[in-house]
Amino acid sequence: MIKMRRKVYMVAGYNTISMGTGRKEFNPKKERPGLEEYIKEAGQGVLKQIGGAQNVDEAVIGNFIASRFNRQANLAGFIPYIDEGLRYKPSTRVEGACGTGALALVTGIKSVLAETADVVLVLGVEVQNTVKAIYGADILAAAGWAKERKDGHAYFFPGKFSDRSKAYAEKFDKDKTRSAMAKWFENAIENARLCPTAQEYHNTTKDLIACGMNAPNPKGFVDALNVFDCSKVSDGASAIAVVSEEGLKRCGISKKDAVEIVGFGQAEEDITKPPVDPTVLSTTKVAISKAMEVAGITKDQIGTVECHDCFTIAGIMATEAIGFAEHGKGTDFVLEGNTMRSGKVPFNTTGGLIGWGHPTGATGVHQAVTIWEQLTHRAGDSQIKINPERPYGLSINMGGDDKTLVSVVYKNAE
Amino acid sequence: MNYTEKLQNVTVLGAAGKMGSGILLLTAIEMADLSLKPENKGKLFVLNAMDTSSEALKGLMKYLKTQVMKAAEKKVIALRQVYHHRADLIDNSEIIEQYVEDVLFIVRPTTNIEAAYESTVIFEAIKEDPALKIKIFSQINEHNKKAPWFCTNTSSIPINELDRKADLNGRVLGVHFYNPPAVQKLVEIIKTDSTDPELVEFALTLAKNLRKTVVPSYDFAGFIGNGHFMRDALHGINEAVKLTDNFTFSEAVYMINKITQDFLIRPMGIFQLIDYVGIDVCQYIMSVMNPYLPNEDLHSDLLDQMLEFGVRGGQNSDGSQKDGFLKYEKGRPVGIYDIHKKGYVSVSEIQPKCDELLGMLPASYQPWKAVVGNRNKEEVFKTYFNELKTIKSMGAEIARNYAKRSKEIGLKLVSEKVAFNENDVNTVLLTGFFHAYGPINDYL
Repeated sequence: MIKMRRKVYMVAGYNTISMGTGRKEFNPKKERPGLEEYIKEAGQGVLKQIGGAQNVDEAVIGNFIASRFNRQANLAGFIPYIDEGLRYKPSTRVEGACGTGALALVTGIKSVLAETADVVLVLGVEVQNTVKAIYGADILAAAGWAKERKDGHAYFFPGKFSDRSKAYAEKFDKDKTRSAMAKWFENAIENARLCPTAQEYHNTTKDLIACGMNAPNPKGFVDALNVFDCSKVSDGASAIAVVSEEGLKRCGISKKDAVEIVGFGQAEEDITKPPVDPTVLSTTKVAISKAMEVAGITKDQIGTVECHDCFTIAGIMATEAIGFAEHGKGTDFVLEGNTMRSGKVPFNTTGGLIGWGHPTGATGVHQAVTIWEQLTHRAGDSQIKINPERPYGLSINMGGDDKTLVSVVYKNAE
Repeated sequence: MNYTEKLQNVTVLGAAGKMGSGILLLTAIEMADLSLKPENKGKLFVLNAMDTSSEALKGLMKYLKTQVMKAAEKKVIALRQVYHHRADLIDNSEIIEQYVEDVLFIVRPTTNIEAAYESTVIFEAIKEDPALKIKIFSQINEHNKKAPWFCTNTSSIPINELDRKADLNGRVLGVHFYNPPAVQKLVEIIKTDSTDPELVEFALTLAKNLRKTVVPSYDFAGFIGNGHFMRDALHGINEAVKLTDNFTFSEAVYMINKITQDFLIRPMGIFQLIDYVGIDVCQYIMSVMNPYLPNEDLHSDLLDQMLEFGVRGGQNSDGSQKDGFLKYEKGRPVGIYDIHKKGYVSVSEIQPKCDELLGMLPASYQPWKAVVGNRNKEEVFKTYFNELKTIKSMGAEIARNYAKRSKEIGLKLVSEKVAFNENDVNTVLLTGFFHAYGPINDYL
């Protein structure tokens, strides 16, 4: 088991808007901000809160696949573009598909633990609305094994999770699974409506459950998911500073404005292998238990979760992977309202991937920013009440089909 | 009838025109889909895109490429199956590109009519000129040894006349697509007294594969679509002319256009529709239909006059609307023609006065866009027209008469044996003209 040999904190989070369909200002026919603008906005958003670029020792930038969405690689080179003060400082780009963001977080955490840095600027970014969804599906398929692409669905990843959803529904309860997925969607949108940067912030649909209950249409999409079960195509960036005790002092930030990273768990599964059991997120489970073990906590001490609901079914399976519900009972857990913002453990309080958005490489960082906001009481209209008996936050970020996993446990640093 | 065999060599005449290009697109996709079936491997499929303008053919090929790509993007799920045997095609983008190539390779753009001499099916979408159509049909029929089938897209000329004068012996059928053919669901099918039943069967199979709604029509000049539209348009024109006794020309046109769009909850006002079709096309279709209508004068002096002034409407080659009775900016009407000044008056200048003259719309009014997809729209219209009945205003009164006239035209199409029944008339207006309700109704 890894040990947190040194105290590690996160401070000064920043999210850009998650841009894409659903936002009033989004117009696919008009020119929009590119990678550079998103990186700059998020990066400067953090620098302003930590006393400027001179306080930064190094930077980590997470991005899944700008090489194809934006014809851009070597993203580390955009760190000095944020601020001249970052010139000649170490900068590393990391990639793990949709799990990229949290890989960037742990890279920063490890630098602090290794005492090679006291302040690490961690940023995640993805700009995906450069191609139509049907071609975006080709690009995102790179998160899976390339040799599976040929036999895969036109919408490759929705196809993968449709298979999981179908297996889950067949094994347990078809109607209940559909209802729980609709409920998940409703929660996601209701939370997003409270967060001004969320892609679904402007959503005014009255009957969200009715949307979620739509029968899937295999001719136009995949067998077992409707479009409301899926996260959308998003452009966005998120950033946060990972700092040591010394780093906090250097930046002049008090502990009440910081979260402490009390544990994290990383797990990787063979990308060439199909899921052992399609109804279980096995790798996710391992990463979460590792993180909780390091933190020395049980699930009953967790007050809020940011989970990787790229699809509604993944959200339901995450409740089981954490242990909140037995295998097959995640649907009940969700239908009973436990994951709602008023429920026992509010999940994805700013909308998650479905409601807030899923700029793939940024998602893991966005999750950390959201938990930092919640635990330091700066979440604005999305603020939830943190139960003192459940002071911990948990994030789960997944790359590919349950392949590249990072889970992090947070608590208020004070 | 062997459907596939018939579609192995096809010619579209007037392929670069507004209707021809759409018919070509649909036919090209249907032929390519056939060619990609395993049982048709090795068979040659040829689609001649014949047009007199080389320049227009160049534009056609561009249009075709864009449209086929859009179609491929929509059906990529099915295409992945079609190309499953091709190990080299992995990404959606590769599959889409291959499909576009496969469709385009079938199409042979040509300015030579001789291309049609080898075809088994000929789609005709040339100018609405009976003499020209007859001349070309005769010429092809004389040189083509395969006894080809002729599918004419005429919207107004009786098919029996084409059959007789071009000596086609029942090898001709009216297959009237609506504009734009790639989008519009409606196809009117018009048999002659002697049309080969196999040709009818072929056309019905094709229409079904293209997911079209087929409405049969008797072989009477103008058929159902133009039979209604031309008379409806003429009514609108006459109403506007009446108003010019008390108002300026621009005001009259504005008011009738507003009544037909808003008071009658239609997708566009009648003058905008005339512009969309083309003032010249409307005048021409009336002139083609008129000789067949002994008890009626389907003719408008106003259309003649507009054309004299060089105002034609219709669309630019990029699909944008040309100015006609109305002036357009980004597709929206911003001005109204002034026949004395021979220029346009801005809408904002006359709108306040005219809107006040017309009076308020009924309180339950909803624009066409909001109602057309409503499942309970019948209730909406019942309420709306009941209200319209009680309103005493110039707008409401003209609107009521307009709706009654539209119904009368519809009923006449049935009683005079143009349409087989009332339902067919309504289907044509609902699908071919995107109306939200059929003209034959009991709302008033």
